[in-house]
Amino acid sequence: MANNHIDITVEPGEVHALLGENGAGKSTLMNQLYGLLQPDEGEIVVNDEPKVFRSPRDAIAAGIGMVHQHFMLVPVFTVAENIALGAEETRGGPLGWLDRRRARRDVLETSKRFGLPVDPDALIEDLPVGAQQRVEIVKALTRDVDLLILDEPTAVLTPQETDELLAVMRSLTEMGKSIVFITHKLKEVKKIADRITVIRRGQVVGTATPDTSEDELAALMVGRAVSLEVDKSPAEPGSVVLQVAGLVVDDDRGVRAVDGVDLEVRAGEVLGIAGVQGNGQTELVEAVMGLREVRAGKVELDSEDLAGKSTKRILRAGVGYVPEDRSHDGVVKEFTVAENLILDLYDREPFGNAFRLDRAKIDGNAKHRVEQFDIRCQSPESTAGSLSGGNQQKVVIAREMSRPLRLFIASQPTRGVDVGSIEFIHRRIIRERDQGTAVLVVSSELDEVVGLADRIAVMYRGRILAIVSPDTPREEIGLLMAGITGAPAEEEGTK
Amino acid sequence: MSTTTVEELAEVTAPEPFWTRQRRLGLALILLGVVGAVLFGSLAPSKDARFTLTEDAAGAALSINGQFGAVLFGVLTLVAGGALIAGVAKRWSNALLAAGIVTFVLSFLCWQVAGQFMALEDTLGGTMDLALPLILGALAGVLGERSGVVNVAIEGQFLMGAFAGALVGTMAGSVWAGLISAAVGGVIIAAILAVLSIRYLVDQTVVGIVLNLFALGITGFLYERLMQPDAAGYNTPPQMPSWRIPGLADIPVLGPVFFDATLLLWVALILVVVIHFALNRTRWGLRTRAVGEHPTAADTVGIRVRGLRYLNVLLGGVVAGLGGAYFTLVATGSFTKNMTAGAGFIALAALIFGRYTPIGAFGAALFFGFAQKLSFYLSAIGSPVPNQFLSMLPYLATIIAVAGLVGRVRAPAADGLPYVKN
Repeated sequence: MANNHIDITVEPGEVHALLGENGAGKSTLMNQLYGLLQPDEGEIVVNDEPKVFRSPRDAIAAGIGMVHQHFMLVPVFTVAENIALGAEETRGGPLGWLDRRRARRDVLETSKRFGLPVDPDALIEDLPVGAQQRVEIVKALTRDVDLLILDEPTAVLTPQETDELLAVMRSLTEMGKSIVFITHKLKEVKKIADRITVIRRGQVVGTATPDTSEDELAALMVGRAVSLEVDKSPAEPGSVVLQVAGLVVDDDRGVRAVDGVDLEVRAGEVLGIAGVQGNGQTELVEAVMGLREVRAGKVELDSEDLAGKSTKRILRAGVGYVPEDRSHDGVVKEFTVAENLILDLYDREPFGNAFRLDRAKIDGNAKHRVEQFDIRCQSPESTAGSLSGGNQQKVVIAREMSRPLRLFIASQPTRGVDVGSIEFIHRRIIRERDQGTAVLVVSSELDEVVGLADRIAVMYRGRILAIVSPDTPREEIGLLMAGITGAPAEEEGTK
Repeated sequence: MSTTTVEELAEVTAPEPFWTRQRRLGLALILLGVVGAVLFGSLAPSKDARFTLTEDAAGAALSINGQFGAVLFGVLTLVAGGALIAGVAKRWSNALLAAGIVTFVLSFLCWQVAGQFMALEDTLGGTMDLALPLILGALAGVLGERSGVVNVAIEGQFLMGAFAGALVGTMAGSVWAGLISAAVGGVIIAAILAVLSIRYLVDQTVVGIVLNLFALGITGFLYERLMQPDAAGYNTPPQMPSWRIPGLADIPVLGPVFFDATLLLWVALILVVVIHFALNRTRWGLRTRAVGEHPTAADTVGIRVRGLRYLNVLLGGVVAGLGGAYFTLVATGSFTKNMTAGAGFIALAALIFGRYTPIGAFGAALFFGFAQKLSFYLSAIGSPVPNQFLSMLPYLATIIAVAGLVGRVRAPAADGLPYVKN
């Protein structure tokens, strides 16, 4: 059961924050409100009228709009086409020509009225995520909504874009619109929300006002006191373990994604790579791991050349790797936990050889790792797919940390992971560092990078713009993430 | 004032690899040019190759010494390839590629036709005839695939259409009843494809292959049990009449092909235009493309994803069924077992070669039709090229076109993926 007897009321003109961990049931709740899922019990009342939403069509008609976490935009369509879709104006009946001029005009009008600049003729796939999000909001607003649901809208934004979005939300509520703001980020909730409802395991566990402290909110969200800081002693960097110089890598479409990156990671330090998603971080890591062709430049592990080597060779050279897409690249969901724990060593003693697997050894290993890494599963024979995101991630980390490592690379190590597991994973990463392993962490959550890293490299459009200390003010790192270098101007107006 | 954005900094550093797609195609053209100029040139007899307008061998539109022509056109292919390698603006590269291929074909023809003649009217007419079912089949594919349903059952739809058209046409004694039944035959296969792939989420390619085998089996069975014993009662459908439009039909070459033709040719040509505009300019088209690219996005704005997919697959069934009617109501006059002989798969190739667009699919269908016509023509004039090789020609052209010329075709993003809510 994803939702268990939840009651929630949203007043006109308010920002109502729905706070909860990944998997707490926030999105499920909102998908019912938007007609994508049907509730088994309970009712939805809009302006004192009970409503039944069989599909989003009904929800839209009742004045509800939603901006989904993964944008619902067709990449090969223009902005105007995306906004018109589903409510197209035609000339000469439903089979007539689309009225493209009118579609453009509607977009421009809404865009102007609410102060959300969008170019109606741009193709979605050419737009940065921030602009795509504006398109989504305009799309909802052209449908005359009274209630706008924003599902994790800040996950893909830079700190500056986030501030802009919060300003937009503020002005929308001033015009009488109500907003449901779904998030797990405490800072933003405190900044913008009028009221806060906290959800855990499908149930409302409390309501709060914005003056509640972050620690209290976190405790409410997780169900126990948690520490939001990463405990660590100063790093004691040793010799250079990973050296990347002049690295050039293309993405899947053949477009340059990494454009001459130089960096080095020393033994016993954590280098964090900050940046908005899609600025080449994925390709950089994949190239180091031998998963993507190195177009130019060098990748060296303790002066041994890795470029062009197979991923298997690279792993066996002493590299641990946590891929960013856990369910695709991290675990085989249909395999058991025990099997997932030896995916890297299945053909080696003691687990097996070219002809057979040693089940007893595999099971023994699994029992040990499950305990050591606090993997919560019914048994090591459960399939990995039946585990929660956080526990799947612990399986990946347990596997990768079970070999002697010289370099540990983690991409988005805590994406979609519950707060409890985040604490554990962070402690493990720091322990690995303290044992003298070089650690490279890539994350689009600035908090995570700042918490873990000893040095932070900011990546923008395939380049490292700067390497800064984690004590650098957030605003400065935020500007770098938006591609703005040099001394930040005094009045950093966004307009 | 002191802020700068990165775009203003230095530009891309790493160099492009030398062997781009354009250069590789150029190299291929140069090799073809050498084959044309040297091999065809040396094999061609020094006699006139005459390209005439009509079959009566009079009034050559173009007459050229075969040997000279083979060398000349081979050299032109070389030049086109050379230009591609030397590097030209991108917008010229497709035109050069086309020119290279055309000149290579001409070089080959000069060798083959030397001492004989080739009638343009016959060539064009044959190309259109052979391309006709391919056009309809590929359009059926466009309708399904643009909405996200892969249709590899075009072959099966052809067979059912051909069979139903022959059977009902004969029994009712009316070619129009046959034509409608052919469409119904196509829709039957389409309906099974739609239900299994949209409702029951079965792998669409597998369903398509199974449906092809099903159509082959059931029409083959009924043919042997029903049609063969009593051909007069079940398998002598009336033929679709040619309509001669006075005046226009007298235009040389084009007239007899287009203005003394069956209704089906016109249906196909009109459908190409109609589907092209409907896909790009109407509400139905916008929604179809949205459902094929990003069904969840379409759903969240209130579009009925599955309903639209059903509609499109069934419409595709109508079009493919009409394509099947060609085989029994226009081309041969009776049904035979497996008479479509893979045309449905060539239509599928035309769809991909045509980049999932109606106009592209039309062009690709013409190209494959021409390759087929050429193989018939060459064996008719007693070409020294072995017969087996000639009958390979259309399929060879298909493979080269799909594998080499198109590069990477981007299919609709959700093509072949069933839509399941959450």
